[in-house]
Amino acid sequence: MSAQSDQQQHWAATKRLTFLTLIIWAVVSFVIHWFGSSLNSESFPGAYFMAGMGSQVIFVILIFWFSSRQSSIDEEYGMSEGD
Amino acid sequence: MKLEGGFINNLGRVYAIYTLGFLGFVILMGILEIAGVENTYIGWMFVAFTVLIYALIGILSRTMDSSQYYVAGREVPAVYNGMATAADWMSGASFIALAGGIYLKGYPYMAFLVGWTGGYVLVASLIAPYLRKFGCYTVPDFIGTRYGGNLARFCAVVVLVVASFTYVTAQINGTGTVAARALQIDFEVGVWVGLAGILFCSMLGGMRAVTWTQVAQYIVLIVAYLIPVFWMSNKLGYGLIPHLAQFDAVLRVQELESTLGVGTLLPTAEAQAEAGKLAALKVGINDASGEWMARWKFFTLVLCMMAGTASLPHVLMRYFTTSSVKAARQSVGWSLFFISLLYLSAPALATFTKLSLLDPNVATSIIGKSVADVTSLEWIQQWSNVGFLKIVDSNGDGIVQINDFFMRADIVVLATPEMAGLPYVISGLVAAGGLAAAMSTADGLLLAIANALSHDLYYKIIDPKVDTAKRLLVARIMLLVIGALGALVASMQLTGILGAVAWAFCFANSGLFFPLVLGVWWKRANRAGAIAGMIGGFGVGAWYLYMVQTGMTPWLGIDGLRFGMIGMPVSLILMVVVSLMTEEPDEETQKMVESIRIPKGKTYVS
Repeated sequence: MSAQSDQQQHWAATKRLTFLTLIIWAVVSFVIHWFGSSLNSESFPGAYFMAGMGSQVIFVILIFWFSSRQSSIDEEYGMSEGD
Repeated sequence: MKLEGGFINNLGRVYAIYTLGFLGFVILMGILEIAGVENTYIGWMFVAFTVLIYALIGILSRTMDSSQYYVAGREVPAVYNGMATAADWMSGASFIALAGGIYLKGYPYMAFLVGWTGGYVLVASLIAPYLRKFGCYTVPDFIGTRYGGNLARFCAVVVLVVASFTYVTAQINGTGTVAARALQIDFEVGVWVGLAGILFCSMLGGMRAVTWTQVAQYIVLIVAYLIPVFWMSNKLGYGLIPHLAQFDAVLRVQELESTLGVGTLLPTAEAQAEAGKLAALKVGINDASGEWMARWKFFTLVLCMMAGTASLPHVLMRYFTTSSVKAARQSVGWSLFFISLLYLSAPALATFTKLSLLDPNVATSIIGKSVADVTSLEWIQQWSNVGFLKIVDSNGDGIVQINDFFMRADIVVLATPEMAGLPYVISGLVAAGGLAAAMSTADGLLLAIANALSHDLYYKIIDPKVDTAKRLLVARIMLLVIGALGALVASMQLTGILGAVAWAFCFANSGLFFPLVLGVWWKRANRAGAIAGMIGGFGVGAWYLYMVQTGMTPWLGIDGLRFGMIGMPVSLILMVVVSLMTEEPDEETQKMVESIRIPKGKTYVS
């Protein structure tokens, strides 16, 4: 396999990961809050919970997950800083 | 103590000692309060002690090396860079105004929380690691090199200066407010005192000094924010961990809000006229509306704040200081982690403050009490005197109703300790925290502006042959000039803290978001497209803001806080269309874009 195609495959994998990350991001940022009023119930303030806590916690986890996945993609195609 | 390699290896120990020292200082102040030392002196000591520490770090971090000055030598570990970014990011608005905003403006305001955190996903996945690999000193440096030519660089400098300058006046304003309160001096004097502290930290050591000061400031501000929240939650009997206890409290608040008439019992026109800019509580804390307009407004605010986060240069440049691309990515995660420690607490603080003011079963409540009793409370008198709150008995029944109580959002954080009857030492701590938040953001912003002017405008465009010593001298002079201008504008008090902050985000996303993202993700993007995108997006956005501010009815509810919704699409469309209509970038540029997409190999500029 030539270096060129390694680099192309690396970029394709990076694009897939970024796309997936952005889909999750869009759902958590926009879709959930669009339906904010339906999350509320008598026993639990769902809209308040998602805006004040749920989204933020998911974002933190999402970034760490993205970052570790991207690092393994870099290593898999020999594109990390150590290579 | 030398801040060289030995310092980097001992960071944990240095900051652990610092944190313990700070906690010890807080306890010492508590003991002094019990011993009968006057409140004013305690306030003074808090401010003096923390500012002295920041200045000391500034002196220890002084440097004459340009890599140290611009990017802290690119040796800041991911976790510490995360802390520094958190302090850089959390401004006076986050610290002072956020909880108060949630308190007064309810659920719709929480769009800021979502927007200001989710933007970091964009930073991590679309921008920061690639700019780190590129290896630039400033954000316009990337635009200038990627698209080539002085005009593109100059446009980026203009957007950066306008966005950051709008933001920095709000910060200097916040610094002045806190300094004025804690030191009992005039607001204008407070502004200049605060500025002197800010400049002292950043002048000598540039990014290096700002980095290590911001870590120290983060520790102060997070301690100052969390202690009152935990204290209140326990005092009100809702539980040890406020973040878990807040949901029961929200249900109770909702119950109280409907019995007290929040949203139905509105202030009379005369009462509102008497209260001026102060506001009564009109929106409930969990009033998520199903109406299209409310949903649309939530959505647009979230989107504008997110795209703004990903294009504000003072945030992006923090990721230039990490030691590797991988560390830059992780560092974004750490940034958001440290930010969320405060942002997760803001709604809890708003909720518990509501409970302690509205719940008749709580001793500190004021709604439903007699006007005479309430106006004799010490904290009510203190904050009325400085014009932060007002009680107008509009129906003359001698009882404080929900529509009789007017306040400024800022006091939720600043006055919470007094409202909830906590000792004064906590108020001093909160003042020190607010000061740390405003100073750390102002530091980062001033540095971003001064570096863009000295590195991009002076060194790259005006005089490329200038030597390092003179470049750094120019950078420091710029810092002084911009700082003084900022203080001058801030002392005129043109806008509130929050308005100015939201404008800064929209200026940044209208002008810079797509040129930055497409610069990495679309090889075909070229100079003409980027220039059209920056000028068009920024110009149209600014025009729209001007029209709305001068009385035009906003289109589709897109008001001054959200004008990025106008600027961004214009920027995107212009950039794509003009790029496709003109020649594709040359071979070398395309190779450069490919090289920044992989972490391996040397940075493009060194």
